[in-house]
Amino acid sequence: MSRFLLPLFVLMFAAYRVVAADIALDGDCPPGFELTAGHCELRSLYQMYDSLENAGVGGLKTGLPGYRDGFTPQQIDLGRYLFFDPVLSVDGSVSCASCHQPDKGFADGRGRSIGVKDEPLKRSAPSLWNVAFLNSFFWDGRADSLEQQMLGPLYDTHEMGNSPENLLQTMNGIPAYRKLFAEAWPAEFKFPGAQIRLDQIYTAIVAFQTTLISLNSRYDQYAHGYADALTEREKEGMNVFRSFVARCAECHTPPLFTNQQIAVIGTPEPEGMLFDIGAEKTLNEPSQRGGFKIPSLRNIDLTAPYMHSGRFTTLREAAAFYTGGRGHAVPQGEQLKIHWHIWEPRLTDEELDRLVDFMKTLTDESFKPLEPAQLPSGLLPVHNNTAPTGITLTGEENNE
Amino acid sequence: MNKLIAVVGAIALLAGGFYLGQSKQPAPTVIKVPAEPREKFSSAGAEEVASAPAATVRSLETPTSGELIVVKDGESIQDAVKQASPGAVIKVMPGTYRETVYIDKDNITLSGVIEQGKYPVLEGEGKRNDAILYSGNGVTIENFYITHYKGNGVMGQAGNNYIIRNNFVVDTGVYGIFPQLGKNGIVSHNIISGIEDAAIYVGMSDNVDVVFNQVYESVAGIEIENSRHALVEGNMVYDNTGGILAFITPGLPIKTCGDVIIRNNFVVDNNHENFAIPGSLVSNIPSGTGMLIMACDDVVVENNIITGNKSAGMIFTDFSLATSAATDPDSEPNPNRPKILNNIMRNNGDDPEPMVRAFLATQLEARGPDIVDTVGMDDGCILNPERYRTLGLDKYGECEFASTANVASYTLPEPVPPRSMEDLDKGKLAYYGVCAGCHAYDSRMIGPPARIIQAIYMDDPQAIADYAANPERKREDYPEMPPQSHLDEETRLAAAKFMLNLKN
Repeated sequence: MSRFLLPLFVLMFAAYRVVAADIALDGDCPPGFELTAGHCELRSLYQMYDSLENAGVGGLKTGLPGYRDGFTPQQIDLGRYLFFDPVLSVDGSVSCASCHQPDKGFADGRGRSIGVKDEPLKRSAPSLWNVAFLNSFFWDGRADSLEQQMLGPLYDTHEMGNSPENLLQTMNGIPAYRKLFAEAWPAEFKFPGAQIRLDQIYTAIVAFQTTLISLNSRYDQYAHGYADALTEREKEGMNVFRSFVARCAECHTPPLFTNQQIAVIGTPEPEGMLFDIGAEKTLNEPSQRGGFKIPSLRNIDLTAPYMHSGRFTTLREAAAFYTGGRGHAVPQGEQLKIHWHIWEPRLTDEELDRLVDFMKTLTDESFKPLEPAQLPSGLLPVHNNTAPTGITLTGEENNE
Repeated sequence: MNKLIAVVGAIALLAGGFYLGQSKQPAPTVIKVPAEPREKFSSAGAEEVASAPAATVRSLETPTSGELIVVKDGESIQDAVKQASPGAVIKVMPGTYRETVYIDKDNITLSGVIEQGKYPVLEGEGKRNDAILYSGNGVTIENFYITHYKGNGVMGQAGNNYIIRNNFVVDTGVYGIFPQLGKNGIVSHNIISGIEDAAIYVGMSDNVDVVFNQVYESVAGIEIENSRHALVEGNMVYDNTGGILAFITPGLPIKTCGDVIIRNNFVVDNNHENFAIPGSLVSNIPSGTGMLIMACDDVVVENNIITGNKSAGMIFTDFSLATSAATDPDSEPNPNRPKILNNIMRNNGDDPEPMVRAFLATQLEARGPDIVDTVGMDDGCILNPERYRTLGLDKYGECEFASTANVASYTLPEPVPPRSMEDLDKGKLAYYGVCAGCHAYDSRMIGPPARIIQAIYMDDPQAIADYAANPERKREDYPEMPPQSHLDEETRLAAAKFMLNLKN
């Protein structure tokens, strides 16, 4: 088999040499950001509003929670290459984008994600849209920064399977990356022999992740004052959503559609999977058994299946869970402190349909980043088997 | 002789017994006459109010523009709200209105007209969710009779500077009146009954006055939850499971509660059976609770009449009551710095509920107290503690103030202004926040670069603003622009101006 692979590899490498010299980092900020003194700062119409206690939760015209920004355009663009590059995994088979695919709401369409070992992990990959605003990460909230979070997938033997030593060695062995890191951190690469550092890798990936802003949905147009942005049915759905019968907005609170708390709601695992204790482990707190982070509902229509292990295939099923009765899906023998907002709202079929109508108005991909056609490592992107639209076969980004 | 000795001995014994008996009596009551007036109560609210002339206390009003819309029986209130511009007054005539009204605009006055005692009735028929939802700033809702809704009577989701007054809410689901996540509001003169959670529930709010309401036959009368600067005054609170509550609910995004004044209320006979929804926080309230302060800090209780509450008059506690909720490591559980001024308390604790009885048994008591602190705070204070039957107040000192009279209101002397836009250009926010999805300065994205647009439009931002609202295909080599009419005229023009001045 290697007889066939080797020429392919050489060919690929030849292509890489040409490409590597071509790749240069973008000096412009991505959409949604203003370049200010060399740094990209977030700009959004939501910055016209305050929020109570600056908590970033409220109603329609409510300010955003605290967020991460201020990276340079070059750091952001370097992060984009790293994000799509399978060279970050131990065997070159998986990139960040494998589980966070731009065309699948930066999730992967699976109930449970698949890593380098080709077998399902314990939980689903959360969407990366609007992670700039989040203050805890993973379904059980066990990381409190994106930097800390990415150590999970990078070095978990089941996810990307790499090690810090190997990652550093790999990156420093790729001249194209050394050049790009020098563009992103010119001062630190002034001296000959300067090496790529782990914290630079992490920072670049965070810089990219925090540009995945989705705040221009039709719901947002309504929130900013354009009443016709939503249909009558969608408005009905919005009123069910924020009503104190369905109570969705009590936890999925605007403007982010999460209040970033952990809640025990007692959703079922897929058939045959053991009960996941969730945040009980993180917090070492038995009353949080089965607790998971409340996910944002922005772009939720793009990220089926739903819940931490993907038990529900449609938004309709996910919504219907909440009207099934308090604790109805809790396995026998489990004593959970089910959240007080989980009750028996007796939503009608029409109301569930309207809720789904409303949740679909939270879709906005207008700032979706372009996927690089070639990667500095010379490897091919692995997250899509077919060339995604917007990228030509010759490789250059088709942004025309 | 012997007899005499015996008599003397008996007298000596008696005297000794008397002496011993005497020494078991409490120390004589010492009545203190203060030599100097006490300090005035100080709080952020005091400053806010001190800065305003006395006549303007609670002077909050919804700004009006002169626009008047009258809704008659048989018409839809929501249609009027749709038609209304900020500043409009919507007058609703007596009649029956079967709808959910939602107000997502600023400065709307929704005002019922009362004729010969007849109110406009919002009728939920047991099938509609909430009667009135609002998310705009400066909303007034007054003079309605709201009944038979499944969710709330009036519910706010954010929205500052609100006034909810003179409404009846009867037999309506979960909360009667529920402003949430807003700042600066008044809830006054409402009459609310038959609510399976709280008649009035102020959740995650700042600067609220809950005054002169009548609340009864509900699980909780008035709840102040995860809020700061709240005044609960002059309310008639009776026949509820629990009368007035100030507490932290764990697991909410805003995690503090404090600076709450509860004064001049009647808190009477709150002995209703607890009919709360299982799992809700109030399902843990013992029937017969006059006041419950759970984890909320700096609560002042002053001049209330608290009588006939069968479990206890006043309970200060931590989360040990909230057994149904998961623990939140970020919520501080203690009711710090409780301040109990003078109150009238009588006939409380006469027939405690089993849960309270069990707690009392651990204290070797059978009757419920007027005041109990289950934590035993050491930073609390009380005036004239000898007047009450108390438990757990051993470490309380004497309050340094006797009145909160200089806090006339916790509402603000001026309405909360919109966020200052001094350093923010709306056009810039719209350009980067919306337009930049398709336009960059120099490079080609989905739409043409700003530089090209600058060359075409030069100094005519209005033309760009107009085009953006109603675009038509102009260039063969670019896709047609989607209309941006969702941005109002002013915002489009500001964005166009910004785009024309863009330098990079």
